Amino acid sequence: MKTAGDCRVIKFDAVTKRYPGGHEALRSVSFAIDKGEMVFVTGHSGAGKTTLLKLAAAIERPTSGTILLNGQNIGKLRRAALPYVRRNFGLIFQDHKLLYDRNVFDNVALPLAIAGISGREAGKRVRAALDKVGLLHREKAMPIALSGGEQQRLAIARAIVSRPAILLADEPTGNLDANYARDIMELFRSFNQVGVTVIIATPDAAPSTTGRILHLDHGMLAS
Amino acid sequence: MMEWLHAHRLALLITLKKLRATPLAHLLMAGVIGAALSLPSGLYLLVNNLERAAGNVSVQPQITLFLVQNTPQEVIHTLEHKLRKHPAIEDINFIPRDEAWKALLERNGLEGTGGELETNPLPDAFIVHANDTDPNAVSALQQELSRWPEVEFAQLDAAWVKRLHALLQLGNKLVVVLAGLLGFALLVIIGNTIRLQILTQRDEIEVSALIGATNRFIRRPFLYAGTLHGLLGGVMAWLILHAALFLFNVSVKDLAQLYGTDFRLEPLGLQPSWILIGCAAALGWVGSYFAVSRYLFNLERP
Repeated sequence: MKTAGDCRVIKFDAVTKRYPGGHEALRSVSFAIDKGEMVFVTGHSGAGKTTLLKLAAAIERPTSGTILLNGQNIGKLRRAALPYVRRNFGLIFQDHKLLYDRNVFDNVALPLAIAGISGREAGKRVRAALDKVGLLHREKAMPIALSGGEQQRLAIARAIVSRPAILLADEPTGNLDANYARDIMELFRSFNQVGVTVIIATPDAAPSTTGRILHLDHGMLAS
Repeated sequence: MMEWLHAHRLALLITLKKLRATPLAHLLMAGVIGAALSLPSGLYLLVNNLERAAGNVSVQPQITLFLVQNTPQEVIHTLEHKLRKHPAIEDINFIPRDEAWKALLERNGLEGTGGELETNPLPDAFIVHANDTDPNAVSALQQELSRWPEVEFAQLDAAWVKRLHALLQLGNKLVVVLAGLLGFALLVIIGNTIRLQILTQRDEIEVSALIGATNRFIRRPFLYAGTLHGLLGGVMAWLILHAALFLFNVSVKDLAQLYGTDFRLEPLGLQPSWILIGCAAALGWVGSYFAVSRYLFNLERP
């Protein structure tokens, strides 16, 4: 079964996503991403970047077309299998989606709890993730007490704590000033350098760092 | 297996942590469930005790055998012998016609005025106490005795026993209906409480689902919370029931003394107690299961 597509982590084949009400977010989009690649999904607001990431992470299902994750058609999977598909990804949401009722440490520990890891092993991993994003000294702080940049780092720590093979980030530098944005991008680059596939949605037409660019225009992929 | 156990331990810890954080809310909830559950279980207790009383306090219904007029003395003797040997009869009492006549006149204040009725119209009679208090068995005995040739008429004084049994049966049905209705109400109450808890943890559920939590993982702490609500409610119902019982028994004891018995209301047995608490916990589990499942269903299909 596994042939040339072996190193393809994600493959979109003529994927269309139409939302109820008729809005077509993606129109027949096809592309493939290799293992260890760093890819930027660019395009104007509403071009379908977020939809593309959601489809890749099996959060939403395509209206038509197929999405292969490591050669497996995730559109064909049972609903009960989807949570396990999602665990392949580290997700960084546009609005962070931090939990404000618990401290930094517990926020990062959530994916581990979901995966059934806790105790000393979890503590070790949480601190390693916090260390990587430079928040180790804030583990007891509540998210609301963090600055915008720190909250973004916290979201990244939560995404990488379960050591996913793929990182999906939706406009991770959206509300940050240029210096912060550069730091964050450096962070993603460092993950990419240790073999993590990184896919970043960004409104910038030409991101400052190198990487392949998938440019979306009104739901269609521009070559 | 270890992972499964671990996940359950984690969910239980979360639930207990919440219990410790809001003890008053949990106590109130347990009070509401307990009060609701104590109604059907209290009625059950009452019916149960009445049944016991009905079985205890000489409710042996009696059959009065009116003999054929002017039955000779020897026949009465053999009849008495026959009755005494009958396996379904505990005791008999012979009432000679003269005695009955005298008693009747006395009771009605007609002593010495027997002029109106010159002759005694009453027959000799036996009063028969049956072994078995079951109305059907007594009725069968009555049928049998009435077929004896010496017996003119066998009258069963069982109407009140039948009435009592019918009432107790009605009581038992009432327990079932009340338990069903209140059980349903509790299902809704617990489901609603869990729904409110879900709403306060909406963000957590959403994020968890997005980053790969299974429905089972999301459901688990809520199921524990619901079961805990039910369990505490069941224990509360038991406590309410027995506090009330203690209170009642003070009066019942006085009342029983006036009647010369040492009757008192018995507490719920071990098995019914477990059933009560177990059912309460099960109601909590089912109520929360529905609440979470409905929420997850809506989450997946916006």
